[in-house]
Order: sequence, then C-alpha cells, then structure tokens
Amino acid sequence: MIVANRKPFEEIMEMLKPYKKILLLGCNECVTVCSVGGAKEVAVLASEIRLSRLKNIIPVEIKEHTLERQCDPEYALSISSFVNDYEIIISMACGCGVQTIAETYREKYVVPAVNTTFMGSSEEHGVWREKCQGCGNCILDKTLGICPVTRCAKSILNGPCGGSQGGSCEINKDTPCAWQLIIDRLKQMNMMEKYLEIQPVKDWSTSRDGGPRTRIREDLRI
Amino acid sequence: MRLSYPTNIKIIKVPCTGRVDILFILKAFENGADGVCLIGCLEGECHFLTGNIRAKKRVEYIKSLLEETGIGAERVAMYNISAADGRRFAEIAREMTEKIKALGPNPAKKQVE
Ligand code: SF4
Ligand code: SF4
Repeated sequence: MIVANRKPFEEIMEMLKPYKKILLLGCNECVTVCSVGGAKEVAVLASEIRLSRLKNIIPVEIKEHTLERQCDPEYALSISSFVNDYEIIISMACGCGVQTIAETYREKYVVPAVNTTFMGSSEEHGVWREKCQGCGNCILDKTLGICPVTRCAKSILNGPCGGSQGGSCEINKDTPCAWQLIIDRLKQMNMMEKYLEIQPVKDWSTSRDGGPRTRIREDLRI
Repeated sequence: MRLSYPTNIKIIKVPCTGRVDILFILKAFENGADGVCLIGCLEGECHFLTGNIRAKKRVEYIKSLLEETGIGAERVAMYNISAADGRRFAEIAREMTEKIKALGPNPAKKQVE
C-alpha cells in the first residue's frame, strides 16, 4: 500500500487560512488502511479544524466526504454535483489522488493534507515499513522476497557492505540489514548458490531515473 | 454511602473505556465541554483484557490533537479506579472540576451557544 503521514496541523491551517467553505476529501484505499486519510481521519481533521476556527472566531463550513478511490477519474467525477459549493478542496489521499482531483476540477484549488511517504506493508497494528521503490525490474526471485533496492540503505545488489553489524544496518541499529536478511533466508532455503551469482550493474532506466512512467494496455482502452 | 461530587459533570456510560473513540472526545469539545475525563477500571483488571490500556494510548493521542488545535492537552485526563471505589470517584470528580475551573472555559465555546 501507499503509506503517508498527515501534515502538521499548522501547515494545514495555513493552506486553509483564507477559506471558509472547505471540502475535505478522504480516500477509501491505501490511506484508509494506513490510518491517515480514510473517513475516520477525515472526521478527526474536520473536527480539529472546526475547533481551531471556533477558538479563533473564524467561521468555517466543512463538507466531509470520502471517495472509494481518489486516483480514478470515475470516482473523482462523483463529487461534481457539489464541488462548486466549496472554495477549496483539501485531499487526504496520497499524491496520486490529489493530482487526479486537481486534474478533474481545473478551476479548483486542491491542496494535500498528507505527505505521501512510501510503498510499504503493515508489520503489526500501527507499524508500517517501506518495502518497494517500484524500480520497474523486480529481483525478489534472486533475493528471496527481501528487496535490497528498498531495504538496503545503499540499494546495493551484491551485499552486504562493511557496515552490516550484528544483523543491523549501519544507518541505525533498529534497521535490519537487508543483506543479512537475504543471506539468512538463502541459508534457510538451502539456496546459497544464488548468493554466488554476481548481480550486474542495475539498469535504472526502468526506475524513476528514466523519467515519469506510463503503463498502457491497448486492449483495455475504450 | 452518600458521597457528593460536583453537579456540573455529565456522566456518559460506556461498556468499556476501550469503546471511547477519538471522535467522541473531539465532539465533546466541539459541543462546548470544558474538559473530558475518562474513568476506566484498574490496569490489569479490564473485563476485555486491554480496553483501558488502549484507551490510555488514545488519550495520549487526543492530547496531541487538542494541543495542536489550541484547545489544550490538559483538558483531557484518564484515571483508573475500581468500580467499587465510589469515594475515589467523587475525589477524582472534584479534582478534575477544580483543574478545569482553573483553566477556564473551553476556548472553542465562545461561539457554541
Ligand atoms: S526489486 Fe524493485 S520492484 Fe522489486 S521490490 Fe524491490 S524496488 Fe520493488
Ligand atoms: S549494512 Fe546492510 S542494509 Fe545497511 S547499507 Fe550495508 S548492506 Fe545495506
């Protein structure tokens, strides 16, 4: 899922400062699962904004609304009947959702309420960790399901580096060394011969280095 | 046992403090409450095992929300007492009322009425 963090309240209030009628938009997908921008968080932020405005005696009217998915034009269009009743749209979706809403309603000022941070998974309730950088050429078969591109601080493909200590990465002891994890797993699976294959220099052109990426499936286009 | 406690307190019964949602507390302030006090069972004695521990963490989180909105973290508190300890309940009710009186009215209340 895409994991985000809510922006500091002060920053949010600064963006909303000149506006009275606010549309606060949540998303039912990733940001709901990582508890940052679903219906619940929309309700909490709306309540906070109202409290702050009440305190400062500045009127505000907030519409709380959560879309099934903000990154699909069909869902973005579903708010067209009331979008013009509001002066500003503040989105609690990831950056993809914010951009879809901004593209759909070009005459509207659309601002983000969260900082989109990484692609990751939940390890336990309340803990999310970065797991993939979308490099466009997955090597998890060679590293037995542990991504060194993302989980090794240096993204090295023939690790570990000299900084690996007692299972931890040198950047801090709470970050497991991805290469230690890979080797442990190779041993457990009796597949150490994979470790001896030297990985060539990675072609990063499939990654962000090749510029913004687009995926097209002609058969699905209408 | 007849114990008196301040009459300006509104008691809301919940099955367990673990049921208390962040929004319940925010709404209380939106509706003009000057303070909110959660009273749960003693730690380790939750009928649902960890309801009061979850509530305690939630109260900490709510404090941060109240702080950033300018309402003030001190307006919310959590206490743990035995359901049989009426005397302590009355004491807490007085303690909380005095604390909130000293803080003054909820700053968001100006426009509520
Ligand atoms: S190798 Fe690339 S695609 Fe595979 S998990 Fe790592 S970053 Fe993601
Ligand atoms: S210690 Fe391990 S995870 Fe950290 S940079 Fe070196 S190889 Fe990568």
